Amino acid sequence: MTGWVDHLVIAPVVLPLLAGTLLILLGERRRALRAGIAVASAVALLVIATLLVSLADGAGHEVRVYRLGNWPSVFAIVLVLDRLSAMMVALVAVLGLAAMVFSLARWQGAGAHFHPLLQFQLMGLNGAFLTGDLFNLFVFFEVMLAASYGLAMHGSGPARVRAGLHYIAVNLVAALLFLVGVSVLYGVGGTLSMADLSARMGAIPAEDRALVEAGAAILGVAFLIKAAMWPVGFWLPGTYAAASAPSAAILSILSKVGICVVLRLWLMLFGDDAAGSAGFGGPWLMAGGLATIAFGSIAVLATQDLARLAGASVLVSSGTLLAAIGAGLPGVTAGALYYLVSSVLAIGAFFLLVELVERGREVGADVLAVTREAFGTRRDDDDPEDMPAVDAPIPGAMVVLGGAFLCCALLLAGLPPLSGFLAKLAILAPLLAAAQGGLPPLTWLVLAALILSGLATLVAMLRAGIEAFWTSPPVSPPRVAALEAGPIAALLALAAGLTIMGGPVMRYTSEAAASLHAPRGYIEAVLPPEGVTVEEVP
Amino acid sequence: MELIVALGIGVLTGSGVWLLLRPRTFQVIIGLSLLSYAVNLFIFSTGGLKTGQPPILPPGGEGNLLEYADPLPQALVLTAIVISFATTALFLVVLLAARGLTGTDHVDGRERER
Repeated sequence: MTGWVDHLVIAPVVLPLLAGTLLILLGERRRALRAGIAVASAVALLVIATLLVSLADGAGHEVRVYRLGNWPSVFAIVLVLDRLSAMMVALVAVLGLAAMVFSLARWQGAGAHFHPLLQFQLMGLNGAFLTGDLFNLFVFFEVMLAASYGLAMHGSGPARVRAGLHYIAVNLVAALLFLVGVSVLYGVGGTLSMADLSARMGAIPAEDRALVEAGAAILGVAFLIKAAMWPVGFWLPGTYAAASAPSAAILSILSKVGICVVLRLWLMLFGDDAAGSAGFGGPWLMAGGLATIAFGSIAVLATQDLARLAGASVLVSSGTLLAAIGAGLPGVTAGALYYLVSSVLAIGAFFLLVELVERGREVGADVLAVTREAFGTRRDDDDPEDMPAVDAPIPGAMVVLGGAFLCCALLLAGLPPLSGFLAKLAILAPLLAAAQGGLPPLTWLVLAALILSGLATLVAMLRAGIEAFWTSPPVSPPRVAALEAGPIAALLALAAGLTIMGGPVMRYTSEAAASLHAPRGYIEAVLPPEGVTVEEVP
Repeated sequence: MELIVALGIGVLTGSGVWLLLRPRTFQVIIGLSLLSYAVNLFIFSTGGLKTGQPPILPPGGEGNLLEYADPLPQALVLTAIVISFATTALFLVVLLAARGLTGTDHVDGRERER
């Protein structure tokens, strides 16, 4: 501990905690003050996150460890800042700020305690990304989930509560599985610190190996439920579609927590140092990812509702990430991390956008239209004299929304010129390069799945876009406040920036992936070599 | 003692899973509670089952890991109890809200059509 820079690592957890507590104490009155505190906290979080990214990317200090209470390494509960966690904290800050500003226009008043819940959500997310301790991860997971229950049901109403009931039940079961997995790992490994556990993996006797693998698999299922892998991801589209727009935007990063934790823990526990268990579960991740892509693509095509379309595209992006991670190649993981950033920005923007587009439309118009299309019936109002003149001016708001929709479609389907295309290329190119002399069948499958899921997303987005903007335009142009259009524009601008700054970002994700695949640096930072004690567990 | 604890965990888990899969929200919440009891017992048992052993080694004395109750799983159980209690309470509130809003205690918010 040498100065304030070292303490910066814990700020993303402490700051939202304080802001959230203050917001609860302030009560529901004094709107302006509350909004001011919430936005100030989110902006400060963004600044801190940017600083953390530059710290993590700086030379010589690749992994920063913050020991709570400055206990010695073996006892301490640690927060660990490396490239992956810094990147995710920054992403959380960006998405949090966007959702918060969006909510100021309208949604913050739809129910009680929106701002405190959002702050605790940010705290839980940041903590889950930063922690280096399995049990602490559980606690942050629960903070994050408890806040997300509130956010998912923000605004109330039968649809939200019904979806929320399923969401909570599924996540409570996942939390119990998490506990079982953690305690099995503790029982065999004798530690809860991820770094220590990883260091001990090689020394675990052969007869206990099956137990460790079982524990890790149960733990993995808990994270994969969160990541919505098929067949444990059925809860996702319904819950996200029912949630209010800013909540859905911030919820969409929750599924990425599961993926990041799987990525980190899998590489740490079952990396090359794990003797007999090296690479355990890799094929499962890849197969699960492929199944998720297939299910997500079908869901994208089958849906008739914009919000569900956004939910289904979360499934596609989860599947893509899992399949790419399961390959276990540093190059592919680097591409996957780039894809993760791009898809989080795109899906966040899309969830916000959906609500604005839906706002001016008659309820159920899109469902009716698709049904009509399917049965080939004409609408009654298709008489030529009723049709609006072709040169009728398009409302300005619709132009903005249409442009944003186009950007989202390009990003999600992975078409040039935006970052979605680069991301898919960054996953596919190393995958092809790694397979010298004949592609293994699984690689072919990943290749096909990635390209076909892009096609499915494109078809679905085109159909939804034509329906929303051309065939059944809103009865009255939606009123869009600058506070609502701004965050969407900012998220899409960041995605565009990701394309322009493709080189530096790819370098960052490559280095992040390289250090994830060689966790020695992480372990040595958490447990300084002289302090490494690998004693046998009784 | 191992057998009793193992059977206890097994029976609690079995009943919990069965109740969890039932269609009424009340059955689901009881199932979740039973499951969380089972998991708490399971965490507790990972420290090894010992009777009459101190969790802290005597000061100055030679420690022996065989005559020592691991305190960490007990601390974990405490945390797990608190968290699962709180989330179950939250689930109860949502359950009541769902009952009020949909008029039924079916988990899907509507009765199955017969």
